[in-house]
Amino acid sequence: MQGAKTLFDKIWSQHLVGRRVDGRELIYIDRHVLHDLHAPHAFEKLAKAGRAVSRPDLTFSMQDHSVSVLPGRTDDTYAEGAAFVRAMREGSKRNNVRVFDLGDPEQGISHVVAPELGMVLPGATHAVPDSHACTVGGLGALAFGCGTTELEHILATQVIALSRPKRLRVNLEGKLKPYVAAKDVALHIIAHLGVSGGAGYAIEYAGPVVRAMSIESRLTLCNLTIEMGSRSGLVAPDDTTFQWLAGRPWAPEGAQWDAALTHWRTLPSDEGAFYDHEVTIDCTQLDPQITWGTEPSQVTGVGGRAPELHDVEPTRRAATQKALAYMGLSPGAPLEGLAVDRVFIGSCTNSRLPDLEIAAAIARGRKVAPGLVAMVVPGSSTVKRQAEARGLDKIFTDAGFMWGESGCSMCASTNGDTAAPQERVLSTTNRNFENRQGRGVRTHLVGPALAAAAAIAGKIVDVRKLTGEA
Amino acid sequence: MQSLTHVTGVAIPMIEDDLNTDQMAPLQLAKGLKPDYADLLFKRRRQNPDGSLIADYVLNQPQFTAPSILVAGSNFGCGSSRESAVWCLYAVGIRCVIARSIADIFRENCLQNGVLPIELDDAAMDGLQQRVLAADGAAHFSVDLEAQTIDGPGGEAIGFDVRASDKLRLIEGLDEIGLTMKHASEIRAWEAQTLADTPWLQQARDKRA
Ligand code: SF4
Repeated sequence: MQGAKTLFDKIWSQHLVGRRVDGRELIYIDRHVLHDLHAPHAFEKLAKAGRAVSRPDLTFSMQDHSVSVLPGRTDDTYAEGAAFVRAMREGSKRNNVRVFDLGDPEQGISHVVAPELGMVLPGATHAVPDSHACTVGGLGALAFGCGTTELEHILATQVIALSRPKRLRVNLEGKLKPYVAAKDVALHIIAHLGVSGGAGYAIEYAGPVVRAMSIESRLTLCNLTIEMGSRSGLVAPDDTTFQWLAGRPWAPEGAQWDAALTHWRTLPSDEGAFYDHEVTIDCTQLDPQITWGTEPSQVTGVGGRAPELHDVEPTRRAATQKALAYMGLSPGAPLEGLAVDRVFIGSCTNSRLPDLEIAAAIARGRKVAPGLVAMVVPGSSTVKRQAEARGLDKIFTDAGFMWGESGCSMCASTNGDTAAPQERVLSTTNRNFENRQGRGVRTHLVGPALAAAAAIAGKIVDVRKLTGEA
Repeated sequence: MQSLTHVTGVAIPMIEDDLNTDQMAPLQLAKGLKPDYADLLFKRRRQNPDGSLIADYVLNQPQFTAPSILVAGSNFGCGSSRESAVWCLYAVGIRCVIARSIADIFRENCLQNGVLPIELDDAAMDGLQQRVLAADGAAHFSVDLEAQTIDGPGGEAIGFDVRASDKLRLIEGLDEIGLTMKHASEIRAWEAQTLADTPWLQQARDKRA
């Protein structure tokens, strides 16, 4: 259809400010959120160049990457992080940027906080110097993870200079089984497309599975977009989105809300809009997923096995063998029954209230297996408060989980939270790369249900068996 | 930024797919805000936990301690957006990375730091990998950005594609922010128009405040 546009096209063209001599397009950034691991360097470069922050009122600082999550934490609880936390605070103050600091009731992981406050909105553009910026695409926002120099560029100009990505639509058909959730769907998509299958694209997730998802689930789904090499993933906003946003503290209200709503309803892709590529995946038979290797695409159903080398494409055999060796698995080994040393429930992937509710429902009245270390780290201080109001912290601590303050913690382990070499960890995070959670640590990515089930069983187990539903 | 037109020097083979930025710059091991980036590069692969060197790792082999060109597999630089991955490569002298494919954010970070990212098709890449392995650091390769060619021992010059915008930016050593600042009036006009049309985008406010 002539003139039909995708959701991506609409947001891009509304935010297109101009085209530079080098051909790059300048896209205005409506919400720019910084974090302590990378922003200090950008603040320093900015100061050296004598430049000011263009729009401090649209810029926010989040202390999340290098903060301790121990109760009663201070800047120095994780000594190595203190320099980052302080430089972040000082740089932000110098530039009149609001800091969500330690002790702020709304501190948390940026990709959790920005949506939950209604800071990010449908049709808005968003940038964070963290590759999981794509998370907020779950609200119908267009987000870009960026590097430090790009971050400095946005601070100085409020625009990002990009080459326009192509458009890929992923249609998710069918209906999910119980205990199968957004994380499982996302891992399955990555297995289907590969870890670079999304490179050069902005991905729109569509279809009945997405429509049935809560906003928290859509955030989880979009969160893993970068694991396919794609910078931006998004879901068209609908009534679920609008209901979720209504009344959030930073969302528009009154006449502005009405005007915004009218605008947001025009955002979904038009009938017949052009996509450079399209794939359809049926999710009906999908089981809870677990990774067996060192890339998110190396994944199978929980009842599955590590691959046999002869089943792997010849060009991938050496890499597969290396991944299996790192993970301490033999080819063809079943995953169920493997002993687990540690469980981490948290990160911008799976640390929102519904994630914690799923895990708590499994932990309730049960005990963490002896010798296993289990940790729950809420994605934001708001999530933490809400969870405590529902008594989830009590359920977790009674069962023997550690209940932490909010932060990235074991997701990137840049706050000192690591596992020991060769430990097997079930983690609700987004990257199972070698050494990500500590030297030699064997990370299996899972959703909160499998993570909680493993904490109780002391081994990898199909949660449906634990709860007697399979 | 320094202008970049040629890169000549040792080409180091890292023929592996999906080498991610966590591997290049293991930030958990970085001490403080200004770590030694040359030391950090692939640190877990180069060093044992006690700091001793793992002798057979490619970067520790004497002929590869000061490489200029890195030749990888596919999806090079995937994962985290950390620009420190490029700073680490830069710190040991790498000014050009050549791969079958390069992850988006990493490629941008290369361009921001005067490192030329080149993607080659399978046939060209197979040939180059073999030549780089055969040369084993003993002879130099050179990349000519103007002419868009890669040359070195063991065969003919290999042509490569590069976006005109990226080429211009590297050759001229363009100041990114300066380039964008030329559009300052358009940015201000966009803000004014947006404030009128969709004001909630221009106002980020906590209504309780
Ligand atoms: S939780 Fe992990 S992926 Fe998310 S922002 Fe923190 S470090 Fe990045």
